[in-house]
Amino acid sequence: MSIYLDHSATTPVDDRVLEAMLPYFSQHYGNPSSIHQWGQMAEAAVERARRTIAGILNCRPDEIIFTSCGSESDNLAVRGAAVAARHAGKGRHLITQPLEHSAVGKTCRQLETYFDFDCTYLPVDSQGQITPTVLENAMRDDTTVVSLMLANNEIGTLLPIAELAAVAHAHGTVFHTDAVQAGGQVVLDVQALGVDMLSLSGHKFYGPKGVGVLYVREGTPLVPSQSGGSHEFGLRSGTHNVPLIVGIAKALEIADAEFETHTAHYKAMRDRLIEGILAHLPDVELTGDAQRRLPSHASFVFKHTDANMLLMQLDMRGIAASSGSACKVGNPAPSAVLQALGYDEAWTLGGLRLTVGRQTTAADIDSVLEILPETVKAVRQLWVTA
Amino acid sequence: MTTVVVAMSGGVDSSVAAALLVQQGYTVIGMMMRLWAEDTTVGNGGHNRCCTPDQMADARRIASDLGIPFYVLDTREVFRRDIVQFFIDQHAEGVTPNPCLACNRHIRFEWLLNNALAMGADYLATGHYARLTHAEDGTVELRKAYTAEKDQSYVLSVLTQEKLQRAMFPIGEYTKPQVREMAASFGLPVASKSDSQDLCFLGDGDYRRFLRENGPAGMFEVGPIVTTDGQELGTHTGLPNYTIGQRKGLGVAAAEPLYVLELDTKANRLIVGTRDELGRDWLTAKQMSWISGQVPITPLEVEVKIRYKAHPVPALATPLDGGRLHLQLNDPLRDVTPGQGAVLYQDDLCLGSGIIER
Repeated sequence: MSIYLDHSATTPVDDRVLEAMLPYFSQHYGNPSSIHQWGQMAEAAVERARRTIAGILNCRPDEIIFTSCGSESDNLAVRGAAVAARHAGKGRHLITQPLEHSAVGKTCRQLETYFDFDCTYLPVDSQGQITPTVLENAMRDDTTVVSLMLANNEIGTLLPIAELAAVAHAHGTVFHTDAVQAGGQVVLDVQALGVDMLSLSGHKFYGPKGVGVLYVREGTPLVPSQSGGSHEFGLRSGTHNVPLIVGIAKALEIADAEFETHTAHYKAMRDRLIEGILAHLPDVELTGDAQRRLPSHASFVFKHTDANMLLMQLDMRGIAASSGSACKVGNPAPSAVLQALGYDEAWTLGGLRLTVGRQTTAADIDSVLEILPETVKAVRQLWVTA
Repeated sequence: MTTVVVAMSGGVDSSVAAALLVQQGYTVIGMMMRLWAEDTTVGNGGHNRCCTPDQMADARRIASDLGIPFYVLDTREVFRRDIVQFFIDQHAEGVTPNPCLACNRHIRFEWLLNNALAMGADYLATGHYARLTHAEDGTVELRKAYTAEKDQSYVLSVLTQEKLQRAMFPIGEYTKPQVREMAASFGLPVASKSDSQDLCFLGDGDYRRFLRENGPAGMFEVGPIVTTDGQELGTHTGLPNYTIGQRKGLGVAAAEPLYVLELDTKANRLIVGTRDELGRDWLTAKQMSWISGQVPITPLEVEVKIRYKAHPVPALATPLDGGRLHLQLNDPLRDVTPGQGAVLYQDDLCLGSGIIER
């Protein structure tokens, strides 16, 4: 048996995406910066990709920056905007929240530790939600960047980004959202969302790993985090990875064209899983927002359960899952996200994330529902009280 | 299909053990315990660490080469509590424990074994040099490895039938040179690594520094050095600085050489005496564990090892009440140390062990 329920970690590359990418490895291998025909061919592919993505995000092509991954997009956005704003004398106050992916969280910490920035971490409620009022109360005259994620990776909660961005804009503050988990699952219209910057990662929506996108609204001051030959409008230097750029665009195009089909399927699978687990297992809670959550995302917390152990046992039984506290090197820390949501130590090692995908079937879900109770029971017997 | 969890350390012994199991057709799962250990920054800097990122990466790569799944288990909390704290507490009482014995009893063949069984495994294998045989009645027997200097039955002597029924020591039948040869023939990239050390949780191998930093206040308080008849000869620098049988570094002048006889933690006295006083032709042990599960009714001719690296010496073992044992030694021994294991053998058969009481 082999059931992959870790699509928030990564997805397989869609065959159509792979096919679109292949010619750009050895056939059309030119450097897009070159003058000759080889270069022009590659440049045309990159620019086609840029236009495709701009069309889907509802922005101009020159507002799309290609990066190497979602983390790089987050780094460029947060550090780039914070440093640019301070250089312009606008202040050094940043706002984010404790549940951000570490690509944002640790960038903020670094700015505090090494560059004398001041960062506010907004309080979240027990579902990981943040209201516009909470943000409004934290805004200061010297707040220059607000970064709040669209969809949480660990608990799937969707934040009301349009309303939150409006609060920031009322103060003339730049608003960035990490939409890495939301790609292919939420309509990413940057005008409707009202964001100034938005991060995406190709491999979360059936595209290749190693490529990301940062949308940057025209006129948003940004200092590049990687300098060099002025690629990507001077914001991200480095020779374009043409096949991957072609791949992320094709993947987003497919996800957009088939949006209704896939998200309906995700939701059906997700709800089957959530209902089954809550009905059949004791001492378990759904984490995150029950209503406003990613279509593919089911996350739970199990009392007195070492998720690391649970993941190993599920793996041995052919099920791929993940957790906010699991760690391959044997030093799982209690999940900071679960701690921030108010769970105590009887729970914070017990996060389990099951994320469905295009190939997930109802039979897969039913198998998991059959195997999980006995597995959780076995793992709970190993619980060591400190 | 028989499933075996193999405890992997990234070293040559456990890697060859894993490879042999795969070759023998078992379903094999590699596991590594992340044990509690000091930071590498303490003391003189860590060369003695176990389960370092390097070792973990080695084990992971070997597992991948062998085509078996590999998982790391967080064992820090239970190891810190049952082994490291035990080590500190025992030293505070003037007892010198063998943490490897305690680890095999409480961590490897209890905590890890339970995890392995919960994973659906039938056996837990380790890279120890010791052999298992079966008696006619199905009882599992623990035997010495073929080469005495590599034999690790001493640290396994605390295992009960229940645990040995679930144990496998795939390299136990081989010698170290054979294991290194097999590592090379399996293409394992570990054939020339050095052996791991005891006291794996120390940053630098210096347990006195560790005790000074982590032990209770007053553990290293200075006190009198006295003879057995109460005569005060000088001042000791803190009892954990001394071991039984130690002669050098006492800093006292006497007509004949003096040796440490006892660490009297209650009165914080270091008791010293002559070579004759040091020699003992008996000892008692507690927490006796008999591998067969049967406590002998009559006194038994045995050989006893009083330390991991000691030579076995002949003795008469008489079981006492309360899981205790009296050992009458044929010849006196000079380094009987409370806290160490007294491990009993008849030829290559390990009968069991207890903890030296006095």
